[in-house]
Amino acid sequence: MTIKAQTPVITNPSLYDVEIIRKDFPILQTKVHDKTLVYLDNAATSQKPLSVIRKAQEYYSTMNSNIHRGVHALSGVSTEAFETARIKIKKFINALGKNEIIFTRGATESINLVAQTFGRTNLKEGDEVIISEMEHHSNIVPWQMICNEKKAKLKVIPINDDGEIIFEEFEKLLSNRTRIVSVVYCSNSLGTVNPVRKIIKAAHAKGIPVLLDAAQAVNHIPIDVQELDCDFLVFSGHKIYGPTGIGVLYGKVNLLESMPPYQGGGDMISKVTFEETTYNELPHKFEAGTPNIAGVIGLGEAIDYVTRIGIENIALHEKYLLDYATDAVQSVPGLKIIGTAKEKVSVLSFVLDDIHPHDIGTFLDFEGVAIRTGHHCTQPVMNHFKIPATSRASFAMYNTQEEIDILVNGLNKIIKVFG
Amino acid sequence: MDQELRELYQQVILDHNKSPRNFKVLDHSTQDAEGYNPLCGDNLHIYLDVKDGIIKDVSFQGSGCAISKASASLMTSILKGKTKEEAERLFNKFHDLVTGKLGENPDIDELGKLAVFTGVQEFPVRVKCASLAWHTMMNALHNKNERVTTE
Repeated sequence: MTIKAQTPVITNPSLYDVEIIRKDFPILQTKVHDKTLVYLDNAATSQKPLSVIRKAQEYYSTMNSNIHRGVHALSGVSTEAFETARIKIKKFINALGKNEIIFTRGATESINLVAQTFGRTNLKEGDEVIISEMEHHSNIVPWQMICNEKKAKLKVIPINDDGEIIFEEFEKLLSNRTRIVSVVYCSNSLGTVNPVRKIIKAAHAKGIPVLLDAAQAVNHIPIDVQELDCDFLVFSGHKIYGPTGIGVLYGKVNLLESMPPYQGGGDMISKVTFEETTYNELPHKFEAGTPNIAGVIGLGEAIDYVTRIGIENIALHEKYLLDYATDAVQSVPGLKIIGTAKEKVSVLSFVLDDIHPHDIGTFLDFEGVAIRTGHHCTQPVMNHFKIPATSRASFAMYNTQEEIDILVNGLNKIIKVFG
Repeated sequence: MDQELRELYQQVILDHNKSPRNFKVLDHSTQDAEGYNPLCGDNLHIYLDVKDGIIKDVSFQGSGCAISKASASLMTSILKGKTKEEAERLFNKFHDLVTGKLGENPDIDELGKLAVFTGVQEFPVRVKCASLAWHTMMNALHNKNERVTTE
C-alpha cells in the first residue's frame, strides 16, 4: 500500500482584513496594461498608505519651515514634528535615547556614514572588516572603499546552497584584527533571515562591534536594538511604507560619541570660527544641512501606520503569503527557487528553465504583475548560484492569495510561449 | 497574448532564442569583442573573421534574454559576406529601428529579417538588449578591446 503524502492546507492566520488594508493604499487601484496592478516588488520599495501621502501634503501646506533655526511660529511647529518623528523611531526600535537616532538619506548613506567615520578612525593597515557573501552592494562597496584606502582587508562569510550563512566559517574569520562585522539581517535577493543574535554574541565575545543592515528586516520583523545588542542598525524609510530619500542610522551612544562627524555644514556645529569649529551634540553632529523634513515626518507617520496594524500581524500575514507562494510555484514546470533558507522573510526568488528573468518580467508586466528581475544589487549571490539573474516576487502586508495565483498563472503562460 | 507583446516577441525572435545560429567560438577569428549589459547581466562575445574588408565569418557566445540572444543570432546570419561598410550601415539602420527613428512601418527591403525588431521601440528599457550585439560587433570590427557596456 502506498500512502500519498498530504499537502498541508495553508490557511491565513492574519488578524486583519487585507481588503480593508488595501483601501489605504491608493496605488493598488492603478491599471497596468488594462489589468489591475499586482504589486510584488515590495523588496525594491513598498507602496505608501494614504496617511503617509497626506502627511507630506499637510507638512508643505501647513508647517513648511526650516528646523532648529527660526524663532518664528512655523519653525517651532516643524521642529516639533521633526523631533517627534525621531522619538517615534526611537520607540519603534527601542533605542535607549533619541540621540541615538540619526537621519540619513537611506540605509546606503547610513552604512557609508559608519564606514567613513567609524571605519576611517578605527581601521589601520592589516585590520579586517567582516561582511557576508549575501550582502547588498551597499554593504560591500562602502567597506571596500575604506579598506582600500586604509590597506585593510575585507573578509567574506561564505553561504551554503540554501542561501544561509555558514556560521562556523564566520567564527573562523573573527580575529584579533577584526574591527567591525557588518551583515545583513534579511537578504534582499534570497529572503534569508540571518542568525543575527548568534553573530552579535560571537563578535562581542571578542569585543568586536556589529552593524546590522535591517533594510529588508524592519518591515517584517519586530526590532529591539537593546535586546539584539547590535552596535549599529540601518534602514530605509521607503521599504517600511514611508517616503524615499529618508533613512535611519541607529548607533550606541558611546560609539556615536567617539566617531568624528561625517559631513560638515549647518546644524552639525555649535560654534564656528575660521580657526576652529566645535561640533554639535548628538544626533545633530551627524546631520549637516537642512534635512528631508517632510521625509522624516512622513516616516514617522509610516511607523504609526505599521504600529497600528502591528508588525507581528504583518509578519503572520506575510508568512502565510510566502508559504502559499512557495507551495503554488511548485506547480510551474522548470521553476527553481533560489534561496531556500529555513527562516525567510516574504521574498521569493526563482529561475525558470533557461527563460531569462527579463523576458519573464516583461511578460508578467502585461498581466499587471510587477516583479523585480536582475541581480538585485547582489552580484556575489548570483555568482554563488552561477546564474546571471533571478526573478523575484516579494510580498507586503497588502498582498493577497489571489495576486499570487495571478503570478503563477502568468508564469504558466510564459512557459507556453517559450516552451 | 497582448498585441504589443506579440510584436516584441515575434515567432522569429522566439525561434532564434531557442536555437541561436552561429552560437560558437570562431577558432579562426581575426578580431573579437565582449559586451555586457549590467541591467540584466547580458553577456555577449562576438567573433569576426574579416579578410580584405569582407566579413567572411561571424559567431557569438554568451547569455542573455530572448531579445539580446535573438538579436545576436540574427545579426550573425545577416552579416556573413557583408563588407565592413555594409555592416556599419546596417548597424546604423538597426539602431534607428529600435530607437524608433524609422517609425512603426520601416522600409522592410533594406532591413530584411531585422524588421522583426520593430516592436522593440515600444519598450525603451529593452532597446539596450536588442542593440548590445551590434555595439559589440562594431567594437570587434574596429579592433577596440575595451568591453562594451550599455551603461
